[in-house]
Amino acid sequence: MEKLPAWDEPRARALIHAKSDLEGPLLPILHDLQETFGYVDPRAVAIIAGALNISRAEVFGTLSFYKDFKKQKPLGRTIKLCLAEACQARGADALADRFEQNTGCKIDGGYHEGVEVETVYCLGNCALGPNALYDGEIFGALTDESLAALHARARREGAAS
Amino acid sequence: MTTLTVYIPADAAALSLGADRVATALRHEAQARGIALDIKRVGSHGMFWLEPLIEIETLKGRIGFGPVRPEDVPSLFESNAFAGGEHPLKLGHVADMVWMLRQQRLSFARIGIVDPLSLDDYLQKDGFKGLRKALQMSPAEVVAEVHASGLRGRGGAGFPTGVKWKTVHDAQADRKYVICNADEGDSGTFADRMIFEGDPFMLIEGMAIGAYAVGADKGFIYLRSEYPHAAKVMARAIELAEQAGWIGDNAFGPGKHFHLEQRIGAGAYICGEETALIESLEGKRALVRAKPPIPALHGLFGRPTLVNNVLSFAAVPFILAEGGQAYADFGSGRSRGTLPVQLAGNIKRGGLIELAFGITLREIVEGFGGGTASGRPIRAIQIGGPLGAYITESQLDLEMDYEVLAANGAMLGHGGIVVFDDSVDMAKMAKFAMRFGAEESCGKCTPCRIGATRGGEVVQKIIEGERVAQNIALLRDLCDVMTAGSLCAHGGLIPNPVLSALNRFPEDFAPAAHKNAAE
Repeated sequence: MEKLPAWDEPRARALIHAKSDLEGPLLPILHDLQETFGYVDPRAVAIIAGALNISRAEVFGTLSFYKDFKKQKPLGRTIKLCLAEACQARGADALADRFEQNTGCKIDGGYHEGVEVETVYCLGNCALGPNALYDGEIFGALTDESLAALHARARREGAAS
Repeated sequence: MTTLTVYIPADAAALSLGADRVATALRHEAQARGIALDIKRVGSHGMFWLEPLIEIETLKGRIGFGPVRPEDVPSLFESNAFAGGEHPLKLGHVADMVWMLRQQRLSFARIGIVDPLSLDDYLQKDGFKGLRKALQMSPAEVVAEVHASGLRGRGGAGFPTGVKWKTVHDAQADRKYVICNADEGDSGTFADRMIFEGDPFMLIEGMAIGAYAVGADKGFIYLRSEYPHAAKVMARAIELAEQAGWIGDNAFGPGKHFHLEQRIGAGAYICGEETALIESLEGKRALVRAKPPIPALHGLFGRPTLVNNVLSFAAVPFILAEGGQAYADFGSGRSRGTLPVQLAGNIKRGGLIELAFGITLREIVEGFGGGTASGRPIRAIQIGGPLGAYITESQLDLEMDYEVLAANGAMLGHGGIVVFDDSVDMAKMAKFAMRFGAEESCGKCTPCRIGATRGGEVVQKIIEGERVAQNIALLRDLCDVMTAGSLCAHGGLIPNPVLSALNRFPEDFAPAAHKNAAE
């Protein structure tokens, strides 16, 4: 994962205009902004509204509806830990409890030592849970040890960026 | 010098257990031994307890080994396993394994065998046979073929696919769309993901046939963001199919275009509901629409739109290639064809099993699955995702069939089966169902938005032993309102897991059940 660039209006405009002719361009634009900057800066809202000829409220409404879109610059790395039924059946709840106790990192409680752990509902690996997604990679059959190792890696990489 | 050819899955399930590290270890070991190695990445056969399952090309065909860890690699070379020698991880021919022999793989026939991004592989294994045949027929004839197959929507609703296709076909408009719903958010399901990662051209072919049949020139695939591997494979497959002329300009003949675009969701489960998905594609908040008007007449940008699930489109190439009757010959009652069953949760042998309808759940869970992974007794099984009902062990003799399950207070949904052992607390699962429902509610209608939140609170009170009888009565009343009054299936079905847990596992809701936890 590379270091994220600072907000850059010309670059944001270029990204927005590159996709504004698509049918239903708003989600692809928000994805591109987030992929580039790590979040969608509120300053992008007015630019998008202008480019797509929709209201700022409409842009903000969409931006705020979907939980993938972040409105603040990330303060570190994110691990997505699955707590859906199939992973629960394989002990994900207990794993998550022990993880919180061992690390002091609260799941869905924001950044802690440069890492946030977010709940996700299903990564599609339901016969091999508990599962986590980190940096586009999937980790299955998690144990206390492998989750701790993943968390340590995220902390290291969070500190380096 | 001969080259050693090894097949390693690049399916996310195999990757989650270190398939890439196995590939690296194989490369290093082969290099150290001066052996030329050709690694081919394929999809998964769906036997997840054996992943990473690698196969070696031999004179006698592909021989499987699994589960292979990086540290097993040197012994595979040392024991001469690759030249036919014995090894503890040797599985033999994958196609001859009991798990595979007992399936009827139509949609999953190629998955695990072919290189997902090789058009040559696809064409050699009957790829585009269905589309070729369709293009020689009239669109109405294609619709009739799908109708004859008896295929029903595999997303969960089970609506006859042929009827939907005919509705869009008959609609008059300046333009029409096809949409593939790949927002596979149900816990316990992964068939869509496996198709994306293992045989993406099949989905493209199915959508192309759909577009030709209904007269659409634009298609969208709406894939959830939680599947980054699937997204990459499909994006490349679309490029390759377009370069080869199967889709794109003049794909169906002069002036008959079909353009296909993949869109990625943004973490909203509700987008699996087709009207919310359409709103999302339009760039809006994913609020469900009231029906009617149905999307088949008034869908994306107000135009007639064919929305089908991945598994429905994936069934179509076979139906066109072999005829609707060949597909309808599988199955039971009004459930025709095959269903890719996804066996998950606390299960010894979990994975993907494509079967004709009519097999009992027990054959799946015990025969294929071998019972729980923990070795403890099975207590509950949830079928059909987070909004599906829980059933008891004694109900395992029910058949996989839309009507049979519906008549017994369960639903098939997308074909996911999640097994729980006797350590499960069903009151906790009921609370989870309500909280999940609340979290993923789009918020448009009150019964779902407020009901799911209040429902979670009421279950919590029951768990705490607070006026249990009154709160159970209140919970039932609330579930009635949600079932009858919600705008879409999300709010309407949340009571399914809640009431089935309450009715079939009442002991977990008794005050005594939670005394220890509360103290």
